Amino acid sequence: MFPLPPFLPLAELEVGKHLYWQIGDFQIHGQVFISSWLVIAALLAVVVAGTRKLERDPRGTQNLLEFLWEYIRNIARDYIGEKAYRDWLPFIGTLFLFIFVSNWGGALVPWKLIQLPSGELGAPTADINTTIALALLVSLAYFYAGLSRKGFRYFEYYVEPTPIMLPFKIVEDFTKPLSLSFRLFGNILADELVVAVLAFLVPLIVPLPVMFLGLFTSAIQALIFATLAAYYIGEAVHEEAH
Amino acid sequence: MDSITSAASVVAAGLAVGLGSIGPGIGQGTASGGAVEGIARQPEAEGKIRGTLLLSLAFMESLTIYGLVVALVLLFANPFAG
Repeated sequence: MFPLPPFLPLAELEVGKHLYWQIGDFQIHGQVFISSWLVIAALLAVVVAGTRKLERDPRGTQNLLEFLWEYIRNIARDYIGEKAYRDWLPFIGTLFLFIFVSNWGGALVPWKLIQLPSGELGAPTADINTTIALALLVSLAYFYAGLSRKGFRYFEYYVEPTPIMLPFKIVEDFTKPLSLSFRLFGNILADELVVAVLAFLVPLIVPLPVMFLGLFTSAIQALIFATLAAYYIGEAVHEEAH
Repeated sequence: MDSITSAASVVAAGLAVGLGSIGPGIGQGTASGGAVEGIARQPEAEGKIRGTLLLSLAFMESLTIYGLVVALVLLFANPFAG
């Protein structure tokens, strides 16, 4: 709608242009699939390489993976609680690592070198469909966590401490995925847009600090997404002391 | 889209980001001020305070980002474009 000059050096400002794939009646955004498959492949490769030969004194990749595991375990334990966190550790860890590697991959890998017929490769999380899918997964996860742990007593949570809270808690179930997905999508897209606009105005050096700021915020966004997912699950499995 | 819709969309996009930044700006200022006070009073707790501060700053920032998402929708995916 607002075409920018085509001589942008590295980043092109393409909002709303996609590589469409047709599957049945659905049109899907191909570039998001390609980049998320690349992210998944990179993560799998690192994890497989790091756990191939386990040693008592971790070195190299194994050391990194153990550090990551401890980091994610701390998040899960702090927010879900000592009793239930083990069941949800893989979920939280997957969310954190996928979002983190997506965000940084979108910023650090020179995707422009790979030409697509239309659209551009980039962070999968800069597409609202990805973030909404992740946020809905979190919704399903905390409903499942609550129902499987407490059965139908889970719905007591909606009328605690008073039944007046009922409408607010129901609305909360809808606003949770909305805010989760918009927060991640907006932050990542905003980073890309700010860098693109600055690179358009001053192509040299000036965008660099903003790029570093973008790396920082996208790491924090991954942490926030994982933390909030853990917090929602923890809220659902939390046992009230009666 | 006709000119009045595009003009209104551009103005609304500007307002969405501009007005949406006021509240989080004040909030981030208050939070950072509180953190600085806490660090001055208890320098040994700096690491913990910094971590919490960054997390809460990111939460506040996401409020501005909601405004930005609305602005981006108005500019690039306007539902009233017709």
